[in-house]
Amino acid sequence: MTALPPSPAFALLDRAAAERILILDGAMGTQIQNLDLDEVDYAGTGSGHACGHSSERPQKGNNDLLVLTQPEAVEDIHYRYAMAGADIVETNTFSSTTIAQADYGLEAAVHDLNVAGARVVRRALDRATAEDGRPRFVAGALGPTNRTASISPDVNDPGFRAVTFDDLRAAYLQQARGLIEGGADILLIETIFDTLNAKAAIFACLQAMEAHGQRMPLMISGTITDASGRTLSGQTPTAFWHSVRHARPWTVGLNCALGASAMRPHLAEMAGVADTLICAYPNAGLPNAFGQYDEGPQDTARQVADFAREGLVNVVGGCCGTTPDHIRAIADAVAEFSPRKVPDYV
Amino acid sequence: MSERQLRLSGLEPFVLTDDIPFVNIGERTNVTGSARFRKLVKNRDYAAALEVARDQVENGAQIIDINMDEGLIDSKAAMVEFLNLLAAEPDIARVPIMIDSSKWEVIEAGLQCVQGKPVVNSISMKEGEDQFRQHARLCLAYGAAVVVMAFDEQGQADTAARKIQICERAYRILVDEVGFPPEDIIFDPNIFAVATGIDEHNNYGVDFIDAVRWIRANLPHAHVSGGVSNLSFSFRGNEPVREAMHAVFLYHAIQAGMDMGIVNAGQLAVYDQIDPDLRDACEDVVLNRSPDATEHLLEIAERYRGEGGAQRREKDLSWREWPIEKRLEHALVNGITEYIDADTEEARQAAQRPLHVIEGPLMAGMNVVGDLFGAGKMFLPQVVKSARVMKQAVAILLPYMEEEKRLNGGTERESAGKILMATVKGDVHDIGKNIVGVVLACNNYEVIDLGVMVPSQKILDVAREQNVDVIGLSGLITPSLDEMVHVAQEMEREGFHLPLLIGGATTSKIHTAVKIAPRYHRGAAVYVTDASRAVGVVSSLLSPAQQQNYVAGIRAEYSEVADRHERAEAAKSRLPLQAARDNALKLDWTGFAAPTPSFSGRRVIEDWDLAQIARYIDWTPFFQTWELKGVYPRILDDEKQGQAARSLFDDAQEMLARIIEGGWFRPRAVVGFWPANAVGDDIHLFTGEDRSEVLARFHTLRQQVTKRNGRPNVALSDFVAPEGHRDYLGAFVVTAGPEEQEISARYERANDDYGAIMVKALADRIAEAMAEMLHERVRRELWGYAPDEAHAPQDLIAEPYAGIRPAPGYPAQPDHTEKDTLFRLLDAEAATGVTLTESMAMWPGSSVSGLYIGHPEAYYFGVAKIEQDQARDYADRKGMSLAEVERWLAPVLNYQPKADAA
Repeated sequence: MTALPPSPAFALLDRAAAERILILDGAMGTQIQNLDLDEVDYAGTGSGHACGHSSERPQKGNNDLLVLTQPEAVEDIHYRYAMAGADIVETNTFSSTTIAQADYGLEAAVHDLNVAGARVVRRALDRATAEDGRPRFVAGALGPTNRTASISPDVNDPGFRAVTFDDLRAAYLQQARGLIEGGADILLIETIFDTLNAKAAIFACLQAMEAHGQRMPLMISGTITDASGRTLSGQTPTAFWHSVRHARPWTVGLNCALGASAMRPHLAEMAGVADTLICAYPNAGLPNAFGQYDEGPQDTARQVADFAREGLVNVVGGCCGTTPDHIRAIADAVAEFSPRKVPDYV
Repeated sequence: MSERQLRLSGLEPFVLTDDIPFVNIGERTNVTGSARFRKLVKNRDYAAALEVARDQVENGAQIIDINMDEGLIDSKAAMVEFLNLLAAEPDIARVPIMIDSSKWEVIEAGLQCVQGKPVVNSISMKEGEDQFRQHARLCLAYGAAVVVMAFDEQGQADTAARKIQICERAYRILVDEVGFPPEDIIFDPNIFAVATGIDEHNNYGVDFIDAVRWIRANLPHAHVSGGVSNLSFSFRGNEPVREAMHAVFLYHAIQAGMDMGIVNAGQLAVYDQIDPDLRDACEDVVLNRSPDATEHLLEIAERYRGEGGAQRREKDLSWREWPIEKRLEHALVNGITEYIDADTEEARQAAQRPLHVIEGPLMAGMNVVGDLFGAGKMFLPQVVKSARVMKQAVAILLPYMEEEKRLNGGTERESAGKILMATVKGDVHDIGKNIVGVVLACNNYEVIDLGVMVPSQKILDVAREQNVDVIGLSGLITPSLDEMVHVAQEMEREGFHLPLLIGGATTSKIHTAVKIAPRYHRGAAVYVTDASRAVGVVSSLLSPAQQQNYVAGIRAEYSEVADRHERAEAAKSRLPLQAARDNALKLDWTGFAAPTPSFSGRRVIEDWDLAQIARYIDWTPFFQTWELKGVYPRILDDEKQGQAARSLFDDAQEMLARIIEGGWFRPRAVVGFWPANAVGDDIHLFTGEDRSEVLARFHTLRQQVTKRNGRPNVALSDFVAPEGHRDYLGAFVVTAGPEEQEISARYERANDDYGAIMVKALADRIAEAMAEMLHERVRRELWGYAPDEAHAPQDLIAEPYAGIRPAPGYPAQPDHTEKDTLFRLLDAEAATGVTLTESMAMWPGSSVSGLYIGHPEAYYFGVAKIEQDQARDYADRKGMSLAEVERWLAPVLNYQPKADAA
């Protein structure tokens, strides 16, 4: 691994991160909801493109599939985030693993989903860069899957596991290879609620980089969903960092969960111990009773700017409920602050 | 985080920092190291096997080694199953795991089961460099630290040169080729048996130690570990000798830089305490200092066989031959007072000035004690014993020093700082405060102890007069929390800048951060977890170099804690009182009628037998008082604390025997029963069985936190039958007696803090045991609702019986003022001599009171936080003003009362 030469994007990102706080994009899901798509739109049998993979199951809600069936719409969302100020834009591949696609019967489509997912972001970013000349980066997103490797789903059988490390590693390896093939500059392991899943993803990403022959920037983002200040699998932020530090990630941080202000103490803890860049992309607050996010762009931006003011962050963006307006507001709000200085003990 | 440190994790992080001299790795979850664990795993009794792991963690293991290598066990399946089960136990999984196997496939299977950062034990170049590289790369990809055995294609390294050569080669491959973080490398340069009779083995100890020294000097950031028990293999069956060999070996290896190890610390002598003959002989063997070392050790080994190491050490008087400084040190470290008067006198005669004895040999000895304590090699009871020796020595010198001062106006002893300590107004509990005082005094701080029930003005006046450097407040009951806030406010108002230390059972970091620190801006308010932290905190606060950073760090941490607390509290939704009442526990009272107690009204119980009470003592809290954490009786066999615990327990038994024999305490108790019914959230007591005239009312508080899964919002009144049903309520006060105070003071006057604390700790236990015993008698006889109950006294600790005895001021009824009603009903002061302070603490402290509720479904619970609607309702019911209720219930209010809001 260490012997691998860094990818070209690595140096560019490092240079940019030394100068300013970089901006990650916002939520995909809420943007897709606004499109009001039907089953036929999702499946590509009404509007859009045919998927090329067949499944008996309904596809409505399979957002990742849209990179194949509605690529123009997806590209447009990426483009709007890019123009709102995002330096790094995530692929719409949160669930593009055989494990997560099993729900839709589309395991066979996984490779294509990842390749296309990265390509569609690349296209959107190239368009944006053609307009304003700013370089932008594709972050290939690897989600947590819907299974946990260190928690039993059966309370009566705590030793049982619904998924093994090797299942996860194989699924993530396939995903990472697809993303790299599609042109991802960064690999982003996100919304980690079980660190063992993330460790399988790290293992796979390292393998994929080895095969690719380049060391790529890796972003690792956990999620802390309750007031106890621990991940779902029970780790404290510092313990989480110790568990993933071997990946030598380009950034580590937190996303999703209960919104920015609830994230702050955990982010501060991580910023205090991690000798790498810190990335935070919270939700737009908490969802209301209808599952919608009420927090406006200025609200979120103000809280994220507080992170920046305190010197806690290097990369910021938004998760559930955020829009291009949120990202624009965040980019404006953090522009005046210097990025966090990485403590050097290495 | 300034440098490369070994950083591991379970659910919680572990960092091998410089102030951890040696990491002891738990070995009892190792089938090769523990016969019991092997049996459990073989029988697939994983529940019991998990208990073994839990025990180790509870008793302080920082890392647990898990090894399933056994011929009859499917090691891989067992490893996976055990690790998966272990992941579901947060109190075990919080520490990092060492995955231990000689089979790579077992290790890899283990690595796939742990979310934290583990240690792999071990990899080596046994099968050549390629496989070593491959395994190392995998460890890196899985995110594990590694133990590297000094083993190559030729075999295990035995000589220092071979060990060094292999470790260096491995290091270079790992760091330069694989990119392994050097701080994640732990070398195991093989500890082999010495004194085997084979000459080639004689230098194995030296070879290891030399290799350790070289590795630490030449392979930056790498660590060294080893399995120590191999060393003494040839002395199997002779535990005293094995213990001594291990202690001697570790002493030298740790000095050379060995910083981790698999050691059975329960079977380890303290280096300084080993019989010098034996220690020399061991040292000769371990350090290969003479050609006939083995023979000599074999020769004298027989003298020790079968003798418990500790007893032998006590009886041995050869240290009396040592020079005076060494004798003083030995007496201090071992807590021996027997010769201290004569030795001190001898030292005084030899010294120029009496002060020089204190500043010279005595302080040197106490520094040794401080170092051993800091390194976890001595435990609190031992330190307190050392302090007793120190005090006694100082008492000998004091008259000479005063005389000298009188003659030439000589200078006072230079102390590290002056600490004022007090138990706050209204509170009488002082064991913890006294322990902290002793530990500070041992570290050369001058302690001014104002005792118990000290009003704030007195604290501040003395602090000013004596020009103290730090104020320390202690308290045990909840109203003391408010009194501490009050003291802090007064310090702020009067312009103090001194650091304020907060300690005691009910205090907490959260309370200090949320309630005390914000009211004392001028100085730092610091929560001190326990006595072992006190010296570190005080020295940081008084060190000109560290002070600023330390205080800034504390402030930042506390504001963080306060923020987090506020958010957490805000997130917990609470019900309006009416809704909570609607969700009360609804027991089925149809046809209910409680048995009638054997008498009505109050009765004084005088026929107490101390020996019988002693059988009811729950010892676990006794050990907690002394900061030994673990469950009795298991704690006596604990790896690390076992020796200290056993010695403390012996001393306690001895004093207990004297207490019983001499009738030192006169235990007293009063108990009463009355017809009673629940009326709303209150419990009414009636003058007679016709239940027409109300005698008294107990008020109870109801949980207001939102409950899930149909669980009720309970109040104590829910356990008492409503009107129309026959039910009763009982009440009691027990006390070990006021004699404790006088006896303890007598010990203090004799400069024996150890004895003084011991008496108090035992008096507390006796009072609790009386409460347990009386409760049993109530159930079987006095109330008699369970006449056939038969439990052994020690089984009662687990509360297997029907009915509860909640005490006012405890979680089920946090209002201390209910004690007023209880005392009035029982005329408790006249009956027992126990009085209530203005904070509603009972004096003497070794007293227990409570109510008896007999319903079989009654249970203990915590009211937790309440809202203002309940406080107001409660004030109305009690006939108190809201402000007064809010003052008494301050710790459980879920809101800022008005008067407080400023």
